[in-house]
Amino acid sequence: MLIPHPLLGLRDAQEFTYLGDARLLDRPDGLADGAAAAFFDYAYLRDNPAGIHRELWFHEQGDRSWLVVTRNTLTHEILGAELARDVARARQGGAA
Amino acid sequence: MRFSGFRVIKEALTGHRGWGPLWRNPDPQPAYDVVIIGGGGHGLSTAYHLAKVFGGRRIAVLEKGWLGSGNIGRNTTIIRSNYLLPGNEPFYEFSMQLWERMEQEFNFNAMVSQRGILNLIHSDGQRDAYRRRGNAMRLAGADAELLDREQVRAMYPWLNFDAARFPIKGGLLQRRAGTARHDGVAWGYARGADRLGVDLIQNCEVTGFRIEQGRVLGVDTTRGYIGAKKVGVAVAGHTSQVMAKAGLRLPIESHVLQAFVSEGLKPVIDGVITFGAGHFYVSQSDKGGLVFGGDIDGYNSYAQRGNLPVIEDVAEGGMALMPAIGRARLLRIWGGIMDMSMDGSPIIDRTPIEGLYLNAGWCYGGFKATPASGYAFAQLLATDAPHPTATAYRLDRFARGYLIDEKGVGAQPNLH
Ligand SMILES: Cc1cc2nc3c(=O)[nH]c(=O)nc-3n(C[C@H](O)[C@H](O)[C@H](O)COP(=O)(O)OP(=O)(O)OC[C@H]3O[C@@H](n4cnc5c(N)ncnc54)[C@H](O)[C@@H]3O)c2cc1C
Repeated sequence: MLIPHPLLGLRDAQEFTYLGDARLLDRPDGLADGAAAAFFDYAYLRDNPAGIHRELWFHEQGDRSWLVVTRNTLTHEILGAELARDVARARQGGAA
Repeated sequence: MRFSGFRVIKEALTGHRGWGPLWRNPDPQPAYDVVIIGGGGHGLSTAYHLAKVFGGRRIAVLEKGWLGSGNIGRNTTIIRSNYLLPGNEPFYEFSMQLWERMEQEFNFNAMVSQRGILNLIHSDGQRDAYRRRGNAMRLAGADAELLDREQVRAMYPWLNFDAARFPIKGGLLQRRAGTARHDGVAWGYARGADRLGVDLIQNCEVTGFRIEQGRVLGVDTTRGYIGAKKVGVAVAGHTSQVMAKAGLRLPIESHVLQAFVSEGLKPVIDGVITFGAGHFYVSQSDKGGLVFGGDIDGYNSYAQRGNLPVIEDVAEGGMALMPAIGRARLLRIWGGIMDMSMDGSPIIDRTPIEGLYLNAGWCYGGFKATPASGYAFAQLLATDAPHPTATAYRLDRFARGYLIDEKGVGAQPNLH
């Protein structure tokens, strides 16, 4: 698999390590009410879709950036990659 | 039709005209007492034990393809009970004991071969860890022997003992471990279940559950609605997909594991060997092919095929351990989709939906569990109480913090 790194172009997936579902960006607030239940969900439960999956890859043997890669789990086709930093900022509604 | 040596000779002399099909091919009834989803090893073993040990029920197994078309026919056939943790080891030892008597019990040759598994040791720390593991195994009634370097050399003189990076310093040997013919196991349980009256229904994909007031009433399938008092799910890599239809999210990711077989060679490996410094394990099939594998690919997948980096990694592991393997040509590579759980251990439990039961999370090691998993799941389905060796496999253990994490790597399925 080749991952289209937004800064470095097509890179071999072997240069990356895989973490999992990009929802891991949405870390719950540990001080909020119901934090234990929210953290159980966050740490352990996964949608595990057969089809389009947005997921976190770390460019460990490269520029050490985190990417959100969109990939089809049925075919391994890679549909896009963004800097996880940009995705997280956009979700928080802040400027990139 | 019973199999026996006498029967084989008789058929050989009469042109093999007396063999019949191993099971019926029935159409589904409108309703059953118990419906088991998934005609892989675990589903078939569950149906067999439910009918044989607990009896008195109308049972069906619903399989979307043909019996044994999933991982049961794709694995590298290793059976062993060399786990460390108390939640696991007694269960796998129970499974080992069932392997030892299953062929006589269901009258089918599953080619169970207790040829031994040798886990190699490459450092002093690793020897300590394996000594501890061996002791844990023996405490649970399994067998384990710690071998020194010369004892390993006597077994496999051609291993790469003096590699500068990972010299072989010994091994942990379980003699009762070994291999079994994976298809034979599925067929043996299928035939055994069929003879006990279980309906094995193929080409019947479950597409949904009918659930009312928190209780399951039956399943929608590609062959119509089938009512059921209890439904047991044993669909391995497709667990998340099937359980999502019942509205459940699970602590599971689906991953692909690849396996490899070489061209047929003369006998060279009479047991199973695992490399202790990289992920590589190997045995030799009765046809002569070297059967080997290594790590999962490491990303979510339902593709049933993997990618080249893992193939390279496995080949490197093989070359480091037994350089002679470099002369063998690969015949086939394939992949299977596994239900990797968040602690690397399985789930055999009820679900929050009454009448719906789950058997899942077998990761890449569920073949060896096939007999005990089916037995324990059958016991749970029949009595609503867990088998004594399977009490730790609760679905809610993640929420309660009672993980069974053999590797100690946390909620990271691709590292288990
Ligand atoms: C390459 C590889 C090597 C392995 N090596 C080993 C090993 O050496 N030792 C070991 O112990 N384990 C090994 N395993 C793991 C082992 O094969 C699995 O853990 C085990 O087979 C899973 O249980 P099963 O046999 O019931 O699964 P499967 O055979 O996959 O059965 C599940 C069945 O459910 C069916 N199904 C799915 N969805 C539906 C639906 N909606 N409706 C109806 N039916 C459905 C599928 O078609 C399938 O037949 C290996 C796995 C792989 C892939």
